Order: sequence, then C-alpha cells, then structure tokens
Amino acid sequence: MPEEQQVIDKPESREIIAPGYTFGTVTDQIATVVLTKKTPLFWFGGFGVGLALLFGFLLAVAVLFARGVGIWGLRTPVMWGFAITNFVWWIGIGHAGTLISAILLLLNQAWRNSINRFAEAMTLFAVACAGMFPVLHLGRPWLAYWLFPYPNTMGVQPNFRSPLVWDVFAVSTYATVSLMFWYVGLMPDLATLRDRTNNRAARFIYGIMAMGWRGSARHWSVYETASLLLAGIATPLVLSVHTVVSFDFTIAIVPGWHSTFFPPYFVAGAIYSGFAMVLALAIPLRSVYGLQGLITDRHLDNSAKVMLATGLIVGYAYILEAFSAWYGGNVYEQSIFWNRMTGPYRYFYWSLVFCNIVAPNVLWFKRVRGTPALLFISSMVVLVGMWLERFVIIVSSLAQDFLPSSWSVFQATRWDWLTYFGTIGLFLFLFFLFIRLLPMISIFEVRTLLPQAKIEEEVQG
Amino acid sequence: MIKPIYGMIAEFDNPSDLVRAARAAREKGYRKLDAYTPFPVEELSDALHLHKNRLPLIVLIGGICGGLVGYLLQYYVTVVYFPINIAGRPLHSWPAYIIITFELTILFAAISTVLGLLALCGLPTPYHPVFNVPRFALASRNRFFLCIEATDPLFDRDGTSSFLETLEPREVSEVAN
Repeated sequence: MPEEQQVIDKPESREIIAPGYTFGTVTDQIATVVLTKKTPLFWFGGFGVGLALLFGFLLAVAVLFARGVGIWGLRTPVMWGFAITNFVWWIGIGHAGTLISAILLLLNQAWRNSINRFAEAMTLFAVACAGMFPVLHLGRPWLAYWLFPYPNTMGVQPNFRSPLVWDVFAVSTYATVSLMFWYVGLMPDLATLRDRTNNRAARFIYGIMAMGWRGSARHWSVYETASLLLAGIATPLVLSVHTVVSFDFTIAIVPGWHSTFFPPYFVAGAIYSGFAMVLALAIPLRSVYGLQGLITDRHLDNSAKVMLATGLIVGYAYILEAFSAWYGGNVYEQSIFWNRMTGPYRYFYWSLVFCNIVAPNVLWFKRVRGTPALLFISSMVVLVGMWLERFVIIVSSLAQDFLPSSWSVFQATRWDWLTYFGTIGLFLFLFFLFIRLLPMISIFEVRTLLPQAKIEEEVQG
Repeated sequence: MIKPIYGMIAEFDNPSDLVRAARAAREKGYRKLDAYTPFPVEELSDALHLHKNRLPLIVLIGGICGGLVGYLLQYYVTVVYFPINIAGRPLHSWPAYIIITFELTILFAAISTVLGLLALCGLPTPYHPVFNVPRFALASRNRFFLCIEATDPLFDRDGTSSFLETLEPREVSEVAN
C-alpha cells in the first residue's frame, strides 16, 4: 500500500441524526416521551385497538380451551392451517429486530443506533405472538411442558430427531437471547430514567431495573465487550431460527415442502417481512412523537433498501422454486405447483406474487423511498404478501398432496381469524405499553452518534 | 471523628476534557480512579489502563458447557434412557443432534455473557457512594465525572481536591461514604 495514500472521510450524503442535538437535548427528547404525564391521543387509539383485539384473542382462546382445536378450520388433510401460518409469519417478523441489533452492530452501521431499541422490542413481542400458535395448536396447551426433556414418571422423552423438537429449542433460545440482549441494552437508559424522573415510585422501579448502573468506565469497558459478544452470538442464532423453522417443512416429504433451498429462502423472507414491520412502526411513531431528527429519512431509506434487497431474494426463490419443480421432473412436485397457480388457491398465489415480487419494485425509486406515506403502504403490502406466502406454502401443499382422494380445501373459520387478529392485538398492546414505559430509542447509543462525542485528536493516545 | 469519605469527584463538560483529566491523574500517580460517563468512551479505557476483561473466557466456557450439555442430553436420552430401534438405524444418530447442540451452545453462551457482565461489574449495586453527590444524576445525561477514591495511597483530601481543580472541571465535590 503506498504510504502517501490518504484516508478520506466519505461525505455524509444524508445525516443519520439531525444537526444541533446535544447530549442533553437527545436525552430529554427521548426520555420525555416516557416521563411526561401527557399521553398523546394516538397512544390511546393504538393501545385501545390493541386491547380490544386482545380481548378478542382471550375470547377465542377461551372457546378453544373449552371446545378444542376443532373450532378452527383444521380438517384432514390440512391440519396445520392458520396456526402454523401465523407462527411462521410472526417469527419471521421478529428477525429484523435481531438483524438490526446484532448483525448491523457487527458491521458497524451507526444508523442502527436509533432504531435498534424498538426493533428489538418488536422482535420480542413478535416472538411472543408466534409462540402462542404452536402451543394453542397442541390441542392440550396445558401440557406444553411435555415438549421439553425433563425427568418424568411416564418414562418417555421427546424425539430429538424431529424438527418439531428442534423448533422448540430454537424458538425458546431465540426468545431468551432476544430478551437478554434487549435488557442489557436497556440498562444504561433505565439509569437515565431513574435519574430524570420526579416520581418516587418510578424512580424506585427504574432504579431496581437499572441494577444500580452508574456509567462507570470500568463497567462500560465490560459492557462494550458484552454487547459485541451478544451480537456475535445472536448473529448465527437469528440465521438459524428460521432455518430450523424451515426444517419443519423440508424434512417432511410433502411436495412443495421437501426442498433444500427453503432455509435461505425463509431467512430472506423473514428479514423482508421484519423490515416491513420496522417501517410500519417507525413511520407513525416518528411523526406522532416528533422524532424525525432521530429517525431520519435516511433510516427509512436504508430500511427500504434492505427490504428491496431481501424482496428480490424472495422473488428469486419463487422463480427457482417453480423452475426446480419443472426441471426436477417429479410429477407430484410439478402438480403441486400447477395446483398452486391454477387450483383453488390461485388467487392467494397470484396476490402473493403481486405483493412480494411486483409491488416492492417501486422501492427502486428514490422518490418512493423518500415519501413516508408511500413507504408505509408498501410495507403493509409486503406484510400481507408474506402472510399469503406462508399460507400458500402450508395450506396448498397439505390440501393437495399425493392422493387426490384425500384432497380437501381449507376453510378458515371466524375463530381462526379472531385468533390471528387477536395476536395482532397482543402485539399492539405490548408495543404501546413499551413505548409508554420504556425509551423507544436507545438514548446512550444515540449520544455516541453526536459530533460532540468524538474525542479531540490531541487527546487521543 | 471525621466521617471517612469515599473520594473526590470532578465534573466535566465533554468527554475530551475527561480523558485529558484521567490521563493527568494517572501521570500524577493516582491509581484508584474511576470515570463516569453517559455513554461508552473508548479512549477512557486506555487512559485509565483498564485491563482486558475476562468476559470472553467466561462466554467461551459457557458455550462449551452448553454444547456438551446439548449433545450429552440427546445421547443419553436416545441411546441409554429411551432407545428405540427403528429399522435397525443407529441409535447414536449424531447428525440429528447438531441443531439442539448448537442452540444450547448459543443459549448457554448468551446466559453466561449476561451473568458474566453483571458479575464483573458487581451489579446489581443499588447503593453506591457516588450517588450521594447531588449533581451525579447528570452522569446519565450529559456530564462526565472523574473520581479519585480515598483508598488511593496518594489521596489526601485537600491535596487531591486542589489537584482536581487544576484540571479545570466545572465543579469538584466530596463523595460522602
């Protein structure tokens, strides 16, 4: 390398934080959302919708407990129906949060600092919603602990060669690690809230949760190591979770499922839908709480680019899926694809092609990426499209497999829909509680983005 | 009898001043130092000679334990405790064990990261003498503090206080124990 080669700072095209912020104003702006006594109407609206849907969920679950899974449209041969569709959809949404918090941290993407907190919260709540479905689908949800190996008087143990048991381990590990990562990230901000609040009870609670964090340099140095380690641990984990979820399908011999490219295809789809959810949450939040200076257009633009890139991978997977069905020469595989495109589920199939492959191409245009309203609409389209994708993969493959005599079309019941919308309610309920009670943007990480946080060159060692 | 104090603390406006002050205090010979900042300042670890921590080792050990637990659990259940002969396939079917071994490696490594972090930081510590300084609440907002602790052999209330004053802080205060 020539010695005279100069390192030139790449000029920032657009800022990831608006100019003029100081350590104090950043802290106050984010902490005030939590510490203020005034709650915006938007919050009551969102929380109210969430609570109403959550009651719907509780009703659906109560009926399910009383009458069994037959209240759902589960009939032979489609025994997975909505439950597993929703499980895969929700767990996929969670992936963007871990991608932002872990992978982008390792890649040194500073723009992640202002969106990672609520994206991680989104992950946690999405995993909570996802976890509902396999458990409710068990038929006897109160025996869910049988899924784990433990010494028991029945003398039996789970089958460790089954992908469904792998899933139990993958999802519970994912939930635990996400929770710990999120909590470790929160500790310094909880200390800020403890020091800023005037309410004695709030100070006590935030104080307990902050564990006496005092920002000591000795602690920060361990803390930085811990965040990097957790990010390094979470990176393979997030890629593995949807891989394991896809094993639920690929290890079965059902046509349309038994395919080696499911793992990367599922992971890309997961990040695709997850970034759609990040945008769907960030766009209203930043305008209601006036956070455009912290969640800037650059963040929306970057998220939209990730969405476009993963969307193209998903589009490639659809094409490859159809190609390998045709080229593989397996008649069952071919007929399942022909049935998907022309059979009873054709409307779902072509809508998902529109939502996931055609529609996201508007994101190529800078003007669309720069208009929050359009971005919000396209992220909604992607969320619907990804739900349809999971639905088509699961239901159309099961409905028409090897034996035409056992074919049957799946009909979702109102309880299916109520349970599904109910988990959206659970998600909204948890998310709105989160933005009211905890800082939705990582305060200490945003402080590091400020120009004042740079140490003067003469002081550097 | 004079109540023993924890140390003297100086408050600074920006991280550069704090790093400069920390260097000066080290040069002066003080060793029982700590700095308090609202966000991680990399240069501080350097200035305070904070040694590399043992967290990576803890995480490595945790991860290895997790992997072993995962593998041995599956081996024990499928080979010893609950063997099922399915068409004469081997009981020790290691490829099928990989996923759960991996997941438990991750799980144990992550748990040991968090517990290791708390252990190495000595948290939770709900009470600490620095919280007695009224202005210390700003350490989680926009101020930077340097504390010279009374256990330092060079510590002497007036001398340390006047030394800290030479570093041009906003304020120097005494930390009650």
